[in-house]
Amino acid sequence: MSAFRTCPTTGLQVHRTADQLIKANAVVATVALLVGGIAALLVLLTRWEAVLLLEADMFYRMLTIHGMNMLIFFIIFFEMAVLYFASAVLLNCRIPAPKTGWVAFVLMVVGTLMVEWTMWTGRADVLFTSYVPLRAHPLFYLGVILFAVGALTVVGHFFAIITVARKEKAYEGSLPLVTYGALTAAAIAAVTLLHGAIIYIPTFLWSLDLMHVDAQMYRLIWWGLGHSSQQINVAAMVSIWYLLGALTVGSVVLNEKVSRTAFVLYVLFISMASAHHLLVDPGMGPSWKVWNTSYFMYMAVLASMIHGFTVPAGTELGMRLRGATQGLFGWLKRAPWGDPGFSSLAFSIVVFGFVGGITGVTFGTEQINIIAHNTLRIPGHFHATVVSGTAMAFMGITYYVIPLIFRREIAFYRLAKIQPYLFAIGMLIFSMAMTFAGTFGVPRRHWDIGFNQALFQPEFSPAVNLIIGVMAVGGLIAIVGGAIYIVVTVVSVFFGKKMAADDSGLGATGRGLPPGITNPPRPLKPEDKEALGPSGRLGPVPGTMVLVLIFLAAFIMYYFVNWMLLSFLWEVG
Amino acid sequence: MCRTGIEPPERVWWKKVGRHEKVWVWIAFAWCMVLFAMMPVWHLRGGQNPSGIRHRVEPADFQARVAEFVQEYQVGTDNGLPVVEPPPGSDVYLQASQYAWIPVVRLRQGAEYTLHLSSVDVNHGFSLYPLNINFQVVPGYDYGLRIVPNEPGEFHVMCNEFCGIGHHLMVGKIIVVPGDAAAEAEDAPADASSNVGGDR
Repeated sequence: MSAFRTCPTTGLQVHRTADQLIKANAVVATVALLVGGIAALLVLLTRWEAVLLLEADMFYRMLTIHGMNMLIFFIIFFEMAVLYFASAVLLNCRIPAPKTGWVAFVLMVVGTLMVEWTMWTGRADVLFTSYVPLRAHPLFYLGVILFAVGALTVVGHFFAIITVARKEKAYEGSLPLVTYGALTAAAIAAVTLLHGAIIYIPTFLWSLDLMHVDAQMYRLIWWGLGHSSQQINVAAMVSIWYLLGALTVGSVVLNEKVSRTAFVLYVLFISMASAHHLLVDPGMGPSWKVWNTSYFMYMAVLASMIHGFTVPAGTELGMRLRGATQGLFGWLKRAPWGDPGFSSLAFSIVVFGFVGGITGVTFGTEQINIIAHNTLRIPGHFHATVVSGTAMAFMGITYYVIPLIFRREIAFYRLAKIQPYLFAIGMLIFSMAMTFAGTFGVPRRHWDIGFNQALFQPEFSPAVNLIIGVMAVGGLIAIVGGAIYIVVTVVSVFFGKKMAADDSGLGATGRGLPPGITNPPRPLKPEDKEALGPSGRLGPVPGTMVLVLIFLAAFIMYYFVNWMLLSFLWEVG
Repeated sequence: MCRTGIEPPERVWWKKVGRHEKVWVWIAFAWCMVLFAMMPVWHLRGGQNPSGIRHRVEPADFQARVAEFVQEYQVGTDNGLPVVEPPPGSDVYLQASQYAWIPVVRLRQGAEYTLHLSSVDVNHGFSLYPLNINFQVVPGYDYGLRIVPNEPGEFHVMCNEFCGIGHHLMVGKIIVVPGDAAAEAEDAPADASSNVGGDR
């Protein structure tokens, strides 16, 4: 058997090792998603005061399991698959060191199992952040270290794949934008994982009573891992936005210079992200906080606002060039809303930007953090970014990875089509209700806000009960959406109808294949540009122009309302 | 302009940016500058800043300081916790530990205090309910925040950083009594409290 196969849909040469590494990482990611999802259900049904399912100790244990499985294991295993896909597959090249790939994978799996064992046996009830001096079993820290070393190896491997591809002339000129974006994600990952090693190695030694770790120093460096890893997610997600746009509707890149510069801004300023979590900490002064929280004057926020324009604009222009020219939003009407890849893309952009982005920048303001820190507003924010944004985009791309890489049809395709809708709407309700509950001061990571056994009983406004109820309903809808995703992917991958080696799926009807494969966007010709004609006052992408201005208005309003809420408080400083 | 993100770009892709794309980049940039400027501006003009007086403190020393503070100003007990009433303008010490805030503090409306927060064991979170004022409490660090309670009432201090199995039991209390006009004029001359929260 040859080391390569030819993809019948794209004509790309795919190295079989790349195939296998992508499959292995994606499968483990899905298992982690399942474990984290079960924990999510239990945590949700406990925070819903009307149910209060778990006892306190099990609640905190499940919360730890939920955080580690979702934010570390699911996301990073999936990102490893994305790195192999964006390099070896898109660049049409070989994996230079297959053994290294497998060693890294095994290291990551072993690390994961160690962490899982300590968590499930109650040896690490320290939550995701494991703030020193709360103490977990030494194997918890060692497991994280092994996992980080494995992931760091994959990142190095990714750089090697690109270097070899270039040497062997697998591609000419510059990298495609999607690979370029993945490259920035990998660069951020290297920085992030180094932070992880810097903090977890001393913490591991501390857990063996071999050294002292300062509580504030731990928070500073740990968040160099904790927040920066969310920036890997952002860079990976934005790359997938460009990828999904290209696959589903043939989105074009408006200007390579702008999009690439925006990716570079992520790399340059992301390592300052740690500051967002330390704004109301005693260890640092105001100038450190102002400078770092702004990521060097908000240049990373600028990057996201640029991608928030260029991705929908590229989609709009791609569709206009193919004839969807009616009015401002004719292209949105004509878009393939039945394609789970496209609907995931659209929801991912909208919820990430409107809910996650706006709340994140607002709460990450030095002073406004006083009315947000450690309340439910924070998980409300990051469920909109990392779940509705990143995980939603990852789910969307899965519907293309299954036929293209696993060479299987998607099982229960009709369910797959509604999955993004359930997940996105559920998460939208959930994260907005959570954020809203947080404005009443409801704390995060808290077993019982009824304070039934506490010395004093603060009483929340009755509105809070209602909001928490809404949050629970939204969460349950999202969990149904997540469960459908897992069932569809697992059944497709293991029992789905196999596609023959030469089966491109082109023109097929009634099969479990998304329209981007059966009826791909036609390649553009220079004449298309002439056919489009001159643009109006709002430019070549008027619909996107209107959408981003609505976004900006919402951003400005939410931001200043928060300053107003802050100004009502006691004077403090 | 006709290639997707998965195709290699043209050899020379460093091209002039379209007018409308450029306008959006500049709008976004201007907004980022507003976001940045708001923080220093609020330090100069606003009343709520997380600056405080910050230094390191050994947990045992802080615990001793709290005990001293309680002994000096205790006026009663509430649910087994000492209630203290320090004079306006003084330093107030609030100790976070698994799973209690010690002591219960009684303050006067309109007066300025320096509230010292620290922990004697693990990280805790100071969350003043129902105002929703939140600060991180880190062992080994004294966070001295100047506060001016602007309304009378009973406020609860919830812990909002996970601190162990009894985290949800950790609730304390701050009582603010109405300050009469005369006492207010005497204790808080206009110039002394006007710049509380300013950047110092």
